[in-house]
Amino acid sequence: MRRANPAALLAVAALSAVVLVWSTPLLWMVIASFRPQNFGGLDMASLWPDFTPTLANFAEALESADFPLLYLNTLIVCAGTLAVQLATVTLAGYAFARLRFPGKELVFYAFLLQLMLVPPILIVPNLVTIVRLGLYDSLVGVMAPYFASAFGVFLMRQTFRTIPKDFEEAAIVDGATWWQLVWRVLVPLARPGMIAFGIVSVVSHWNEFLWPLMVISSPDNQTLTIGLASFTMGAESASQWGVIAAGTFLVAAPLLTAFALFQRQFVNSFLFSGVK
Amino acid sequence: MVAEVDSSIDTVFPSRSVGRPASRKRSEAGRAALLLLPSVVFLAAFTYWPIGQVLLQSITIEVFGVEATTFGIGNFERLLADPSFGRALVNNLIYAVGTILPSVAIALALAVGLQDATRFNATLRTIVFFPVLLPLVAAAALFLFVFLPGIGLLDYHLAKLGAGNTSWLGNPDLALWSLIGLTVWKNAGYYMLFFLAGLQAIPLDLYEAARIEGAGSWARFRRITLPLLGPTMAFVLVIAFVNVITQVDHVVVLTKGGPSDSTNLLLFYIYQQAHENYDYGKAAAATVLSVAGLLALSFLSLRTLERGIHYEA
Repeated sequence: MRRANPAALLAVAALSAVVLVWSTPLLWMVIASFRPQNFGGLDMASLWPDFTPTLANFAEALESADFPLLYLNTLIVCAGTLAVQLATVTLAGYAFARLRFPGKELVFYAFLLQLMLVPPILIVPNLVTIVRLGLYDSLVGVMAPYFASAFGVFLMRQTFRTIPKDFEEAAIVDGATWWQLVWRVLVPLARPGMIAFGIVSVVSHWNEFLWPLMVISSPDNQTLTIGLASFTMGAESASQWGVIAAGTFLVAAPLLTAFALFQRQFVNSFLFSGVK
Repeated sequence: MVAEVDSSIDTVFPSRSVGRPASRKRSEAGRAALLLLPSVVFLAAFTYWPIGQVLLQSITIEVFGVEATTFGIGNFERLLADPSFGRALVNNLIYAVGTILPSVAIALALAVGLQDATRFNATLRTIVFFPVLLPLVAAAALFLFVFLPGIGLLDYHLAKLGAGNTSWLGNPDLALWSLIGLTVWKNAGYYMLFFLAGLQAIPLDLYEAARIEGAGSWARFRRITLPLLGPTMAFVLVIAFVNVITQVDHVVVLTKGGPSDSTNLLLFYIYQQAHENYDYGKAAAATVLSVAGLLALSFLSLRTLERGIHYEA
């Protein structure tokens, strides 16, 4: 691999070319959002930053949609969903990893069913349920179908399994009750699994669109993705591509920044979430 | 994934219950029930109940202005008679194959090519991973401009190679492929991560041994990397499959299923029937068929892959 033979060089060149193509939409987003509005015209697609950067596009984007409210609603949805999920998946994950009970395998399969029948496919009946529960047009209505997570349970089960039983046995010898065991010993040790699940959960709910679009009707309860969609349609008809780029940047920036700062943690989470 | 769970459920923790008092066992079962309860409540409300609900709804016939409802297969008949549904089904198949094959192939190539932990590779991996973190709606907003005829990102740069204006989203023969391009761009980085992790689990001595035997890099890839990535491949294919069924945000933003149903996908069709036409019977019938298809196809694909893995290993 380390010898510079022609085939290896060709492979590196091909990969670099693929990655270059991959980078262009986001590169354009950054450049176009700082481009002066009367600048460009037919050269709007240029990836060459030959202008003095301006914040005019951001100012206009912030004016045409209530971004602080959208951020707040999205934060509430992500945090609320994750808080409930962490409780449900930790408890169930522990039960599947450590306890013995009749029908365990069958129950586990019944849980795993949700990996296939993910909430988006059940939007029609779930909307009926949400309406009956009086949760229509509320943020809790957006969160509720995700409070149980088969994926999270699976992940926590795997995590608890990697923790040696010696820790638990030592705690039992010291006279700890089972719930002291869970909260004082197992949960701290399982933190990597919880962080991994947390990152995956927040990313997916930050980005969710179709379900909130169905549940939310009033502008006060809109999340970022819904706000961006309606904002984009307005700006598109006016051909304000710089404003669209700036709005998209605003929606994507928190996750992209978090990723840039905690890259190793993010990557480990996504990896951990899949293969273990 | 299901297969993996099946094989590990009893082997990892050999039975400890030999000689354990019955009362201890009972209390353990009670504790388990308590710990599982919160998850079971929410699963029941938002996974099991809706399946029953949608089955019932799909065979319920409601006539506007008539109080009483009757039961029958009328919703399914109307659904199958709707050309838009047939179109959505075919589109979804094309979309599935057209999206999954290239994104998995590119992800695998990138993972193998960028697996060494150099700073250069890490930068390239980050660039490919960025789209994964972007909301699909945001990606769609960007691709409005990418696909813009004439002055958009794609046409502007293709023009330098001599290509003309292309109506990427307006041409019924092209629109679905444009959405496929967007999806491949968005998802390949995600699948790449799983392959990178799978590659780390392959012992390096295997490659050493193969090299000593004189195997070239292609042979090493074919005979070692690919077979040992089998479980990862199965996992990635399942995720990719669920993704092509459950993610239609870009359809909502970019094409609304058009032009002339050429980009209508199953879930968007369901959304349209329920949310725009208020035809819940038809939406429920379509959901039932999608759920059945999703379950059947995923079990089938798992079976096939499982056999492949056993054969190779």
